[in-house]
Amino acid sequence: MTELFYDAAPNATRVAPERPGPRTYPAKPPEVTLFGTCVVDLFFPEAGLDAIRLLEREGIRVHFPQEQSCCGQPAWTSGYVNEAREVARAQLNLLDNGLPVVVPSGSCAGMFRQHYREVFAEEPDTLKRVDDLAERTFELTEFLLHVCKVDWQDLGQPTQIALHTSCSARREMNTHLHARELLGKLANVERLDHDHESECCGFGGTFSVRMPEVSGAMVLDKTRSLRESGAVEMVTADGGCLLNINGSLEKQKQTFRGRHLASFLWARVSGEVKS
Amino acid sequence: MSQRIPVKELTDSFRGRAVGALADAQLRTNFRVAMDSLMKKRADAFPDEEEREGLRELGNHIKARALSRLPDLLEQLEAKLTENGVHVHWAETTEEANRIVHTIIESKQGSQVVKGKSMVSEEMEMNDYLAERDIECLESDMGEYIVQLDGEKPSHIIMPAIHKNRRQVSKLFHNKLGVDETDDVNELIQIGRRTLRKKFLEADVGVSGVNFAIAETGTLLLVENEGNGRMSTTVPPVHVAVTGIEKVVANLRDVAPLLSLLTRSALGQPITTYVNMISGPRKADELDGPEEVHLVLLDNGRSGAFADAQLRQTLNCIRCGACMNHCPVYTRVGGHTYGEVYPGPIGKIVTPHMVGLDHVPDHPSASSLCGACGEVCPVKIPIPELLQRLRQENVKSPDEPAVVQGGGSKYSWKERALWRMWMALNTRPTLYKCFLWAATRLGKLTPKNLGPWTENHTAPVPARRSLHDLAKAHLNAEKTSGDRS
Amino acid sequence: MSARDNILKKLRAGLEGSTPRPDQFDETLVTEPWQYAPEDRIQRLRSLMETVHTEVYTLAAANWPAKVQELLENRRLANLLYAPGTGHGQQLAEFWAEAAAEQNLLAYDRPIEEWKEELFWQVDASITGTAGAIAATGSLVLWPDRHEPRLMSLLPPLHIALLKASEVEDNLYVMMEKQNWPAGLPTNLLLVSGPSKTADIEQVLAYGAHGPKELVVLILEDA
Ligand code: SF4
Repeated sequence: MTELFYDAAPNATRVAPERPGPRTYPAKPPEVTLFGTCVVDLFFPEAGLDAIRLLEREGIRVHFPQEQSCCGQPAWTSGYVNEAREVARAQLNLLDNGLPVVVPSGSCAGMFRQHYREVFAEEPDTLKRVDDLAERTFELTEFLLHVCKVDWQDLGQPTQIALHTSCSARREMNTHLHARELLGKLANVERLDHDHESECCGFGGTFSVRMPEVSGAMVLDKTRSLRESGAVEMVTADGGCLLNINGSLEKQKQTFRGRHLASFLWARVSGEVKS
Repeated sequence: MSQRIPVKELTDSFRGRAVGALADAQLRTNFRVAMDSLMKKRADAFPDEEEREGLRELGNHIKARALSRLPDLLEQLEAKLTENGVHVHWAETTEEANRIVHTIIESKQGSQVVKGKSMVSEEMEMNDYLAERDIECLESDMGEYIVQLDGEKPSHIIMPAIHKNRRQVSKLFHNKLGVDETDDVNELIQIGRRTLRKKFLEADVGVSGVNFAIAETGTLLLVENEGNGRMSTTVPPVHVAVTGIEKVVANLRDVAPLLSLLTRSALGQPITTYVNMISGPRKADELDGPEEVHLVLLDNGRSGAFADAQLRQTLNCIRCGACMNHCPVYTRVGGHTYGEVYPGPIGKIVTPHMVGLDHVPDHPSASSLCGACGEVCPVKIPIPELLQRLRQENVKSPDEPAVVQGGGSKYSWKERALWRMWMALNTRPTLYKCFLWAATRLGKLTPKNLGPWTENHTAPVPARRSLHDLAKAHLNAEKTSGDRS
Repeated sequence: MSARDNILKKLRAGLEGSTPRPDQFDETLVTEPWQYAPEDRIQRLRSLMETVHTEVYTLAAANWPAKVQELLENRRLANLLYAPGTGHGQQLAEFWAEAAAEQNLLAYDRPIEEWKEELFWQVDASITGTAGAIAATGSLVLWPDRHEPRLMSLLPPLHIALLKASEVEDNLYVMMEKQNWPAGLPTNLLLVSGPSKTADIEQVLAYGAHGPKELVVLILEDA
């Protein structure tokens, strides 16, 4: 991490942190920890399991510490810093064993990699551990692509899909690029662009309940452009967006649905067809 | 949509105004079309990502350097301008700034003011202040003129009348100016030109904003396309520039990157038609230009933002409007929903310092924190980070010191208690597992109505088994099969 | 305490204990992307200016007065505002006398107050010199002074500007350096990059908002 300040005075004028260069990736490790994230845990557990299967398929032993919960993002973005910090601390302690951490959600991975620095800004001693965790944290697609360097054979039928990337995943983790490249490895999968692809789906955690009208207008537009892309289904690497988009589609009584990318990928490479 | 909320209670809030804006199909189309085109223009103006990112970094450095010695630079600017013959005034509040402007006009027995585009004068509500004192203050930027003619406020800081289409402008001109209706934009602009030219000629005082105030040379730099800024600063015998204290930069060369960032980010132009650098009043032997030039430096809460190193970054802003052009919320609800002078992401982070966070308590929450604004900001203001910070300030309890004026107005012990519970749940694994157990078993009992969420979605039903459960079973099975082999 | 003192005091308190940031101005960022071979420089200027509706002609230095007359004739304009105290102003006046041109030459030789109405409504065109031009952005540098006042490039519907081919620089930064702007600026230095325009209604571009509807640049090649 680069220096945020020219001088150490707490009130020194801030400059933007230097742009990070391209991330360098380690060799494929024998073991990793999966951080499932609370949304996947409760609403899309199969996707978490598929993430484990995908990793195991690469010969990696996956740990899933039963003590894990949430990265702290909901409280953090709502302004409840102390509450967020304690939840973050619990995860930080739990994940403090040096193992790479794989997260099947870009925004939670981004929380570890970028925002824990802000969360713990006033605890210089903790920051070292925060930086260490940031170094070891990978979003699932990124990990499969750059660390596992997967080479897949696509066992599925030809299909056309649309890819939605959560905003934080896109901006903090480049997940859109990783996911595109991964999907590109599947011979029978065609990824179709959709209108305003990089625009937010309107989830934004508590935003969706604090400003339901605005959020609703956003998700309505998003689901429309997804449907109009001509794709058969949508895939995404983020549980929050999936909850938002699928919930809206169901409310609209549409048949079009989104699926977690981990599940989609597992289905393609394992040949398992799930309902 | 509007029947879901008792609108009466909400028209005074961001959310209430948003409901109205969302229901206006014409407005939504106007904004979507305009913002799409502005985004494309910006993208086209920065074809080379490396170049763009390097320049943004430089822009950020220049502003940070200026802010890191802001008081000294302001003094230097004042000294240089005074040396050049410009009168410098300081105002802590908009009231003070208005009084200064009014005193200048009065001393000239002026009754007509013509204004080039200036967001700071909007902040001051200068038009109203002067009108109450029988001074006509006319906007001369075409967009501002249209908006003023209709008794409205600008809905965008660069394109004030972006919410209107040509038919609406034509009707307005017809009603107010008595001209024939026309669908021809050129014709409409020519009507504006003729009307306003007369005003430039008659005006006693010209008012303008400032894009950059250069301390090194004592220069006020203004950018514009129409020529109304040049008119306002050249034709009337007195020119009064009003600006925020954050607009000062150290050196003339600092302007080279900032100018490029500003015009490319705002409208995708390599440069505006006019870049107008004013370094003093008319000299004794010169044949035109104002005999007097004044600069009013306005604080209006900026020093409050300045006091906090994180929030100080708000003052990097060069008012390009790119953040609103790229904002999915702004695109849908338009500028008037924000209810204040500065709309969009910049409005959300700067307005609290001007009017108090308690006056715009919904501002920080009206964002999905998608980050589009921060990504395009030419001076790299971490807008989402500042929104998050303002959310913090919003919910602070009354016994913590308020950093932002009007902070803590959203404090609610109930909400705090809920987050405390959430914290307990997520820091105590046994509790969390109990919660998972209950949620997965009772998922079927999820109520159909979950308040705001179910307005747009069906109720989310928890899976029958959590990932904790599935992973445990799966990994145990692996282990046993592994042990067996 | 005055507003000034209050503001400065608050700002100083905010900075207490911190040091000013160093000057890390990296000039390559504003120069390197904007460098052109000499033969491309004028082409760049020209094409940028033309995209915003500027007419650009390149001609031998001696021929410009005739070109000016032709421009006025083609547009059937009745008069031309010029600066008699400048070199090009004198050249123009001489040509006009010799050619017995019928368009009226109006000399900007008295303060605006004395003929405001006329300047505003009755002048058809103007001609001014320039202090050079910037290829990167397609901009003319205007350096108005007592001989060639500010409004000449603003009030008439047609503005004709003379530009020496040798005075076109790559970018703004180089221009500032070469002409050493910080050492002394005129009352009103201007960059002009086309005729006046607006896109305030539906983002439709319309020319001649408040300033000239037309800008013509005559690039003069040295003999
Ligand atoms: S915050 Fe950034 S993007 Fe928004 S107006 Fe200011 S400078 Fe432009």
